[in-house]
Amino acid sequence: MQLVPTSEQDELRSAVRALLDKQAPRAVRATVDDGAGYDRDLWRRLGTELGVLGLAVPEELGGAGAGHVERAILAEELGRALLPSPFLGSAVLATDLLVGLDDRSGLLGALGSGERMAAVAGVLGPAGDVSVSGGGLRGSAGPVVDATDADDLLVVVDGVVHHLDATGPGVVRTPLRSLDPTRRHARVDLDGAAATRLGSLDSDALQRVRDLATVAIAAEQTGVMGAAVDRTVAYVSDRVQFGRVIGSYQAVKHGCADMYASTEQAVSAVRAAAWAADHDPDALPLPAAVARVFVGPAAFAVTNSMVQYHGGIGYTWEHDAHLFYKRAKSDELLSGPPGAARARLAELMKV
Amino acid sequence: MAEENWRERLRTWLAEHPPPPEAHTDVAAAQRYQAQLHDAGYAGLTWPKEWGGQGLGAVEAQAFAEESAAADLPTRPFMIGMGMTGPTLVDLGTPEQKRRYLPPLLRGEEIWCQLFSEPGAGSDVASLRTRAVREPDGSWVLSGQKVWTSNAQWADVAAVLARTDPDKPKHGGITMFVLDMRQPGVTVRPLVDMTGHAPFNEVYLDEARVPADGVLGEVDGGWRAATTMLGHERVSISGMRQRRGRGVTSAALTELAQRRDVAGDPLVRDRLADLYAHERVLELFTDRMRQETAAGVPVGARGSVGKLAGALLAHRGVEVAGHVAGADAVAWEVSDDGEGPGDDLALGIASAPAASIAGGTNEIQRSIIGERVLGLPREPAADRDRPFRDAPTGEVDRAAGSHV
Repeated sequence: MQLVPTSEQDELRSAVRALLDKQAPRAVRATVDDGAGYDRDLWRRLGTELGVLGLAVPEELGGAGAGHVERAILAEELGRALLPSPFLGSAVLATDLLVGLDDRSGLLGALGSGERMAAVAGVLGPAGDVSVSGGGLRGSAGPVVDATDADDLLVVVDGVVHHLDATGPGVVRTPLRSLDPTRRHARVDLDGAAATRLGSLDSDALQRVRDLATVAIAAEQTGVMGAAVDRTVAYVSDRVQFGRVIGSYQAVKHGCADMYASTEQAVSAVRAAAWAADHDPDALPLPAAVARVFVGPAAFAVTNSMVQYHGGIGYTWEHDAHLFYKRAKSDELLSGPPGAARARLAELMKV
Repeated sequence: MAEENWRERLRTWLAEHPPPPEAHTDVAAAQRYQAQLHDAGYAGLTWPKEWGGQGLGAVEAQAFAEESAAADLPTRPFMIGMGMTGPTLVDLGTPEQKRRYLPPLLRGEEIWCQLFSEPGAGSDVASLRTRAVREPDGSWVLSGQKVWTSNAQWADVAAVLARTDPDKPKHGGITMFVLDMRQPGVTVRPLVDMTGHAPFNEVYLDEARVPADGVLGEVDGGWRAATTMLGHERVSISGMRQRRGRGVTSAALTELAQRRDVAGDPLVRDRLADLYAHERVLELFTDRMRQETAAGVPVGARGSVGKLAGALLAHRGVEVAGHVAGADAVAWEVSDDGEGPGDDLALGIASAPAASIAGGTNEIQRSIIGERVLGLPREPAADRDRPFRDAPTGEVDRAAGSHV
C-alpha cells in the first residue's frame, strides 16, 4: 500500500493549490456574502486548464485515467480552499454513477471539462419518494447536494439511473438554507419530468459509489483540517496577550499539537482508503468506513479548536474560521449520523 | 519481486520456528530464540552488515514488522538495545564500540538498559544530578541514582547519562557513557508498578567505573546523544503493540463481547467500531512514517504523533472495555492454573497510564509537536543559559517559598 505521494501527485497538488490560492478567496466570499452560485468559470478552468475533474474516469470513457488517489488530492485542495463548487455532486457522485454504468452518452465528457454541472438524488442522504410513472418521474427528493447549480440531474430509483435536464419542464428546484454557506443544496420536486433511463446498478455497484463518495468527503475533510491547523498556528504565533504570543502557552500549544496529530492520522486513513479504491476495490468498504468513522469527528474537533484559539475574532462572520467549522460538521453529517457510520463499521468488522 | 521472496521466506521461517511459550517468562529462553533469529538473518535488518546487521532497507523492516506481529516474538528483553541504544551506537559509536557491542546485542547475548531518568529529573531529563568524575588515568567514576529503568534486572550493559561539568548550562555539561552493569558499584532494586509487576527498577551507582573509551559520542556532548536516542525511542514505542495492553484491544474486546453475548448491543458495537478505527488509523500512520523514512524523508519530531496517539488509544481501550465487560472487569474466579477471565482486562486497564507517561508524557509529546513540528515558541525555562550548579531546584524553590 502506497501511503506517500509520488512526485507527479505532488505536482498535481501544487497546480491545483496555485490556482485556488489565487481564485478561491473571492469565490468563497461571493457565495457566502452575496449568495452567488458556484463560479462556473473557475470550475471550467479546473476542468480544461488543469484537467482535474475527470481524474478517476478511465481513459476509454474520456477521463484522465489517473485514479482515486489523485482525486483525493483534488478533494483535499478544494476542502483546504473551501471552494463553493459542485465537486461532490458533479465530479464525485454523478461521475462515479456514470463510470459504474460505463456510460458513453457524452455526459462524462461534459462534466469532466466543467462545461456542465450535475447533481444526484437517491444515493447519499434521504431517498425521497421519487417514482416512475408513465414516461416521467414524479415525487420529491432532498436535500440534494449541488442541485441548485446543476444542469443535469441523475435520479436513482430502485437501482435504475435516470437522467433529467435540471432546467426542463416538470422539474422544480427549491434552494434550501444550509449550515455550511459554501455548499448549496436544493429540494427537487418532479412532476412528470421527462427522463432518460441510463441503465441500472446492483446494490454492490451502488455501495461502491457510496464508498467512493465517502473517500472523497474524507479527503476534503483532511484538506479542511490541514488549513485549520496552518491558519491557527499562524494566528497563535502572532497574537500577543499577557506579553507573550499565545502559542507559547501550553494550553494553546498543546491544543495545536492535538489538532496536528489528528490531521496527520486522518491523512494516513484517507491515503489508505484512496489506494484501496484504485488497487484493491473489493476491499474498499472497510478502509472507507474506517476513514469516515475517524475523520468525521476528528475534522470537526480540529475546526472547533480553530474557532476556540482564534477567540472572539474566530466567532465573527467576517473571519473564515466559522466556514471551516460548518464545512467540517456538514461533511460529518452529510451521509447520516456518526453512529450510523460506526454501526456500518461494526458490521464490516463482523462484531 | 525480491521483496516478495524475502517476505515469503520470512513467513515460512516464522511458521517453522515459532518462539517457545516459555520465552515470554524465561529470559534465557528468549535469548536462545534471539540467537536463532539472528542466525537466520532476521535481526538488525537495517543495520550495517559490518556490525552484524543485515544491511537491508525500510521495505524489509516493514515486512518484518507486519509478518512478525502475529508470531508474538519475545522481544521485551531486547527492546532497549534494538530500538534505542543499538541505533544510537550505529549513529554515534566509535568503530571499536560498534565492533564490541553491536554483534552481541543483536544475538541477544547482552541485554541493554537505559539509565536516564532520576528521582529529580523526569520530564526534565537534562536536570540530572548523577556525577561522573574523570580519574588521572582517563577513566570515569559515576555516582548517583537512576529510576524507571526497564530491563535493568537483566541488563549486562547500560547507556548512562551523567553530569561531567556542572559549571556549564544544564544541557552542555552532560556526557553519555557505556556502563558495565555487572560490577560492584551498581545496585539494581526492582520497582513494582501499578499492575503489580516489576518491569522497571531503581539503579544506584556508587563509584561505578567506566573506562576511558566508554564515552558514547563526545564528552559534554551527551545531550545530543540523548536526543538521538529519545528520537529512536519514540519511533520504537509507537510501532510497538504492548503485550500488557492486549486485553483492551478491539480484537480482544470483540471476542469478549461475543462471549458475554453483548455483541448485539448497539452501544457496544458503536464503541468497538470507534476503537477499531483509531487502532487502524494509528497503524496506517506508523506505516506511512516507515514509508517516508524509506523514501528519505526523516520522521523527526513527528514520531511524537505516534507516541501520543498510542497513549490516547490505550486509554480509549480502557473506556471501551467498561462498555463490553461491565462488572465482569471488577471481580472474577481464578481457575486451578492460577488464571482467570478478567486477568488480561485488569492488566490492560491498570497499564494504560504507562502509555501516557513512559518514554515522555503526553504533555511532553505535545510540547515537542508544538515547538519542533509547528514552530511555536519554547517554554520559558528558569534554568537555561546559566551554570547548572546555580540553577533553581525543587529544594531551593520550596525553601524560598516561591520559584526563582
